[in-house]
Amino acid sequence: MLARAAVPLLALLVLSACSSEDPVDRDDEDSPAPAEAPVLEAGDAVATTAPEEERRLVVYTSRQPHLVDPLFERFTEQTGVAIDYISDSEAALIERLAAEGEATPASVLITVDAGNLWYATDRNLLQPIDSDLLDQRVPAALRDPDGEWYGLSIRARTLVYHPDRVDPEALSTYAALADEQWAGRLCLRTSRKVYNQSLVAMMIERLGEERTEEIVSGWVDNLATEPFSSDTRLIEAIAAGQCDVGLVNTYYLGRLQKENPDYPVALFWANQDDSGVHVNVSGAGVTAEAPDPDLGQALIEWLAGDEAQAMMAGSNLEFPVVEGVEADPVAEAWGAFVADSMNLRVAGERQAEAVRLMDRAGWR
Amino acid sequence: MAPLLALVGLPILMLALSWLQVDGEVWSHLSTWLLPRLIGHSALLLGVVGVGVAVLGVGLAWLSACCEYPLRRWLDPLLILPLAFPTYVLAFIYLGLLDFAGPLQTALREAFGATPGWLGALARPAGVLPILVLAFYPYVYLLARASFSAGGLVAFEAGRSLGAGPVSVFLRVSLPAARPAIVAGLALALMEALADFGAVSIYGFDTFTTAIYRTWLGLFDLRAATQLASLLMAFMLVLVFAERASRSARVRRAERRTVPNRIVLRGARGWAATALQSAVLLAAVIIPLVQLLAWSLPSIGGMADAGALRLIGNTVMLGALGAAGVVAGGLVLLLAGYRASRRFTLLSELAASGYAIPGTVLAVAIMLALTGVDRVLETTLAGGLLALLLAYLIRFVRVAWGPLEGVAARIRPELFESARSLGASRWERLWRVMLPLLRPGLATAFLLALVEIAKEMPATLMLRPFGWDTLATRIYELTAEGQWERAALPALVLVVLGAIPAVLLMRRLGGRTADR
Repeated sequence: MLARAAVPLLALLVLSACSSEDPVDRDDEDSPAPAEAPVLEAGDAVATTAPEEERRLVVYTSRQPHLVDPLFERFTEQTGVAIDYISDSEAALIERLAAEGEATPASVLITVDAGNLWYATDRNLLQPIDSDLLDQRVPAALRDPDGEWYGLSIRARTLVYHPDRVDPEALSTYAALADEQWAGRLCLRTSRKVYNQSLVAMMIERLGEERTEEIVSGWVDNLATEPFSSDTRLIEAIAAGQCDVGLVNTYYLGRLQKENPDYPVALFWANQDDSGVHVNVSGAGVTAEAPDPDLGQALIEWLAGDEAQAMMAGSNLEFPVVEGVEADPVAEAWGAFVADSMNLRVAGERQAEAVRLMDRAGWR
Repeated sequence: MAPLLALVGLPILMLALSWLQVDGEVWSHLSTWLLPRLIGHSALLLGVVGVGVAVLGVGLAWLSACCEYPLRRWLDPLLILPLAFPTYVLAFIYLGLLDFAGPLQTALREAFGATPGWLGALARPAGVLPILVLAFYPYVYLLARASFSAGGLVAFEAGRSLGAGPVSVFLRVSLPAARPAIVAGLALALMEALADFGAVSIYGFDTFTTAIYRTWLGLFDLRAATQLASLLMAFMLVLVFAERASRSARVRRAERRTVPNRIVLRGARGWAATALQSAVLLAAVIIPLVQLLAWSLPSIGGMADAGALRLIGNTVMLGALGAAGVVAGGLVLLLAGYRASRRFTLLSELAASGYAIPGTVLAVAIMLALTGVDRVLETTLAGGLLALLLAYLIRFVRVAWGPLEGVAARIRPELFESARSLGASRWERLWRVMLPLLRPGLATAFLLALVEIAKEMPATLMLRPFGWDTLATRIYELTAEGQWERAALPALVLVVLGAIPAVLLMRRLGGRTADR
């Protein structure tokens, strides 16, 4: 009786593998005829054409609800478009999109790290957007050259140190953390985190694999303790004296400084005389099978508008991608910095290489 | 049995099919740089958690089922409570407390200028192992205690009356009699530990699960990740079969109405038992609870709003629906395997092997399987509630099967023989003889599954339809960036919610002997 059950199952699997282009009509009654996409004036609110019925947009996001809720509410207020979203880890969302294929309800994917965004494009889950407005407002290094995703906020990954135990004069570049003077004084986050993977991927592109592996092995040799599972714990370890210097995303330090302005850990902008500090983005793209790609694009354009940019900068202490929008005072206090101008697509393209290199170097 | 196997088999088949293509390059990297450490770590985990859970679970179960000592009646029902804590919550709390930068080490440094080495070791990656022991000993405790209560003392007294010493009677009579229950609990604990992702990743202890994620998200190789997952599953199956093969003939005993009096532990020995139980409770329940309360206090007022109530409602609803499915599945497995051939045992074990699949991998497999079905049948299963309930069934059917087997093992086959000789049909025998006898097992299975499902995070996250957020998914959202204090309130509610079925479980199981 088991064999009987197994045969149709196998048949199903084989069939499903072959029926990639199944002309299943999924016209729901409630999907409206595409109305005119809202027109955006740079930096202005969306000029709405009053919707005849309520339009809805489905978003998959790996960003925390408390960060996206206010943005989505404001978007709905201004455009009348209601947003349903599912939040999950980026990996799960990407698999979900891939599995749903053309049946996906989602028009927009919002996630952090160019590595993840690149992975979504690599799996053919995003579609190119043709938007002069986005091309104008988002710097070239922070978006996909083919327009499949756009950065919406900047996070810099740089050095932090304990001012009592480290003279900032002694700090310079990421590579210099492999020097002997940092033996037993360096703390790192686990190499499982995509932030570190992207950083190493960019280093491979710039310095070559051999030199990068030398540097990363040097870091591992200098570790004061096993890698941490979060940037916050790493900064706390520096404050407590477990190590003297570390490598983190700026907003983690910002949060601690916001709670306590005298927090005993300081920030140092790396590689200022050289390639600039490593930056990454949170960003968004329109899904390949979006039920409503125009509306999806309108949301991304709205998120690149002045108001949304200011909201994002304030809520997570990241930097806006758009010039002229102010960051949070806590972030402004770290002073201006030169950012690496290499296109972030590299972070994804070389991520697997970076992970293998980190494995070889023994970075857990 | 066939429909259950089909349901359960589809995603598992997906895992097996991943071997159709093997990427030599990825595997050579994995086997050079990751596998040696993974295998070492997994062995360490199995050893430490296995021994810890067995000793703690069996010891506490024997004390509370068969002995009398001060405060027993108060402590005993609480010993099950660690079950209500998700491992990721426990791990986070303890890492926060024991870390170099944590309050304990900081205070010690300020007072004495240094901290003892063992304390530092607890904050290192392997420090997750004692936490897993605390989190998982209740499986063994629960099942072993039920078994001891049901007749441990009868056998014990019989052995003693033949003149053997207490230790030797315990080892030669009581322990073998409870073996099926203990092993079922141990299997649950070990699988849960091997499939755990939250706690081990917080501590940075690399196991198969963390390697699966690394391969999938770092090397962008879902196939190799799935292959790793199926290896993990195969490894678990080997464990289970090794145990089954070595299992001696089951000891069946009559249910006796009159249970002898408990063994009274007098004086210092009694207080030692009390101290042991108190210490376990302090570490596994009280400290974490106090920490969660301390973090939640600022926001405790926010628990009564509509959104929070909906989260609680969803959690309970999914838990109940999922647990009903899981118990039905467990019953099918039990009946199919009851006094059946070995071939069937193999199939049942395979059907129950979903417990070893990390939640996310299972969710991906179900997603792939159902979207395939959807494409062929033009249905919309993949985005529906069914997908999630299926995940719970596959992942937790073993949780229901264990307790049911434990109870079934004690049913005397003569009962069925008599029923048959009285002309009862097969269904009548099932309905009127088997099910009533299984009732305690059914309740245990349902409550256990309920707690498990309420705590489950990765599959719930990935498969939940719109609007089905639960406490666990909310905890994930709040902790995605490591801000655990924000998640303390939903975690606290989840623990309290999970404590209710846990306490009910204890009352049921302890009912016959606890209040004497």
